[in-house]
Amino acid sequence: MKYRTELVGVGFATFLALLGAAFARDALFQAHMWVLFFVLLGGTVLLLRQTRWGAAAAEPVQSEAAYMDGPIRYGAIATLFWGIAGFLVGVIIALQLAFPDLNIEPWFNFGRMRPLHTSAVIFAFGGNALIATSFYVVQRTSRARLFGGDLAWFVFWGYQLFIVMAATGYLLGITQSREYAEPEWYVDLWLTLVWVAYLVVFLGTIFKRKEPHIYVANWFYLSFIVTIAMLHVVNNLAVPVSFLGFKSYSAFSGVQDALTQWWYGHNAVGFFLTAGFLGMMYYFVPKQAERPIYSYRLSIVHFWALIFLYIWAGPHHLHYTALPDWAQTLGMVFSIMLWMPSWGGMINGLMTLSGAWDKLRTDPIIRMMVLAIAFYGMSTFEGPMMSIKAVNSLSHYTDWTIGHVHSGALGWVGMISFGAVYYLVPKLWHRERLYSLRLVTWHFWLATLGIVVYAAVMWVSGIQQGLMWREYDDQGFLVYSFAETVQAMFPYYVVRAIGGLLYLIGALVMVWNVAMTILGHQRQEEPIGGAKPSSQSGLQPAE
Amino acid sequence: MSEKNIDDVTGVETTGHEWDGIKELNNPLPRWWVWTFYATIAWALAYTIAYPAWPLIERATGGVLGYSSRAELSQTMEAAAAARADLVTAISEKPLADILADEELRRFAISAGAAAYKVNCSQCHGSGAAGSAGYPNLNDDEWLWGGDIEAIHQTIAHGVRFDGDDETRFGEMPAFGDILDPQQIRAVSAYVHSLSGEGADPALVEAGSTVYADNCAACHGENAQGEPALGAPNLADAIWLYGSGQEAIAAQVRSPQHGVMPAWQARLGETTVKQLAVYVHSLGGGQ
Repeated sequence: MKYRTELVGVGFATFLALLGAAFARDALFQAHMWVLFFVLLGGTVLLLRQTRWGAAAAEPVQSEAAYMDGPIRYGAIATLFWGIAGFLVGVIIALQLAFPDLNIEPWFNFGRMRPLHTSAVIFAFGGNALIATSFYVVQRTSRARLFGGDLAWFVFWGYQLFIVMAATGYLLGITQSREYAEPEWYVDLWLTLVWVAYLVVFLGTIFKRKEPHIYVANWFYLSFIVTIAMLHVVNNLAVPVSFLGFKSYSAFSGVQDALTQWWYGHNAVGFFLTAGFLGMMYYFVPKQAERPIYSYRLSIVHFWALIFLYIWAGPHHLHYTALPDWAQTLGMVFSIMLWMPSWGGMINGLMTLSGAWDKLRTDPIIRMMVLAIAFYGMSTFEGPMMSIKAVNSLSHYTDWTIGHVHSGALGWVGMISFGAVYYLVPKLWHRERLYSLRLVTWHFWLATLGIVVYAAVMWVSGIQQGLMWREYDDQGFLVYSFAETVQAMFPYYVVRAIGGLLYLIGALVMVWNVAMTILGHQRQEEPIGGAKPSSQSGLQPAE
Repeated sequence: MSEKNIDDVTGVETTGHEWDGIKELNNPLPRWWVWTFYATIAWALAYTIAYPAWPLIERATGGVLGYSSRAELSQTMEAAAAARADLVTAISEKPLADILADEELRRFAISAGAAAYKVNCSQCHGSGAAGSAGYPNLNDDEWLWGGDIEAIHQTIAHGVRFDGDDETRFGEMPAFGDILDPQQIRAVSAYVHSLSGEGADPALVEAGSTVYADNCAACHGENAQGEPALGAPNLADAIWLYGSGQEAIAAQVRSPQHGVMPAWQARLGETTVKQLAVYVHSLGGGQ
């Protein structure tokens, strides 16, 4: 009988959720427990339908030699699903800023939709991309099946449950008000459990590897998993008011609380959005380019420099606040020193293409990856620059920050993930190639145009905003009221929404392409890169 | 190293390991990368010597430049205050009438008042001081509580119907929904509406004029020109605080809304309130 343990576990959890709803101390916790109950009930029903009752003999024996790709297939689909959801909410909140009438109270106002967007794109889209690719990469580069049997499935489904609980909590109005760490204590505890399971699967696989050395991609993935665990646990230290209520109070207060939060917030960028996706880059770029990594030495030096320096840079989010001057100074100088270690990844990524630059003409997937690395280089230069106090006094609290984050998020994180998924899908579903490379080209240009529009418009609006805020007349009096600076942003906010919409449309093209590939279709089309007879290989996904 | 560890395309040696078909070249660190990295480290060290940086047991190092962000802020603020000290002192000492008479002082007070307005007043009265429903327009010459400089100053300093101030402006129209019957309210609303030249049913207007004379004229005046001492608005000038039209007028007759403005003297100080009064007075309707 398959799924016996799973069935008992999920069924019991469903019952606990029902009890939670029955004995809840406040209405929001009760509503959230009802959500949990129905989600788990759905899971129980699905499991029941999957379960084969009767003799145990019929079970197929899983080969220990084969790689475990089931959770990766699900992860690739989840990446696209949450990606579309996150981009869509992004476009909606961009429009809400331009047209405030679109705030639908209480569930869909900007205050609740904004964390929904950030969590959906960072943790749901980015997180699923990282988990799926790390499971793929660690197996191939260790020549070992994932450790822990079905634990990888627990990681996948547990993580989806975390996403659903976080997202529904935001819409209900449940939040810790910690940026990028909004879920309340019980959702945090669940994520901790899932994350430890993830660490066990990943580390276990590395321990039983059949390669003498650990591949560089796995260093980056491991640093991401370990550091996120540490950041998540420390930043979310809190005391719940009741074990049957949603509200908790942070263990920290005042400026210590702020510093803990930005130590977390900055390293969520550093280890989630940088180190994790560098791991992705270190596998998928050489695979797609079919070229060796440019420099082993550079990968070692920039890895250790990056993870040592990144963790100290958080205070630059608190320039000119109650944070003591010395901490601001250290946050700033560590950010400056971070510039070259970050660029080490860019050099290794770009130079890996030496000897394969011609593929830029014929392979839109390589083009996506190169664009991702270029945006990575740009935003890791911009970041240290913005951490300089003189620059920060202009840029802080303006849309410039939003533009900076999105050139990194849309450009680097998004494009490298798209490239990895395009690479993975034919492999995971055993297809000869993608449904259409021409559609990848469409996706590439739509996304690129979207990013350029978005980032450029946010630079202009951010700098204008900063200049308007600090505009004094010759007698030293403020020239603009805050409302006037908001009004001046209107055209930029409209154009920004258009940029986001282009990016979303590109992602929808991808969904179509991936779905057709999974269904086994292949579009007949001219090879990209002109009529060169030998360019036929451009059609094939690189092996 | 054996020859098989040479990459054919670049001629560079590889490390000899291979993972799932991926090899690694043994290229050295790019020189420019290393030197730029060193330069940022050197710059960082120098900066931490110059500025407060390294935490010790009792306190952090102060930096040889003696910089502190609090000191920098207070120096900047002091310099700005010193630059305009003469004018600010003159404003705080002189009566409002003298400020209006002195062109330099008046212009300075308008700039200062405009800045204070943007921070404290624009939220209700709007960036351009045009007001909105329930918040009076400050650009016109309709003044609920008087439009000369002293009256404007009094209103800003002590607010309107503000609980925490004994000298606050106070006046409340009764809720005539309890006093008049619906037909009378309809009539008086039509009459009031007709006062600013709007068309209305002549019979209702006729009846309304009697209701008005009996109930409203005591405060709003025989000719409905209003009474600033009571905060009773002029009803004959087509300027409506809570919306125009007979329905909006009737709603205000039945159950009047009474807006509140905070008293600003205690929060902003006498000088700033004077500057605000001069600014508002300058907007177009000051008497």
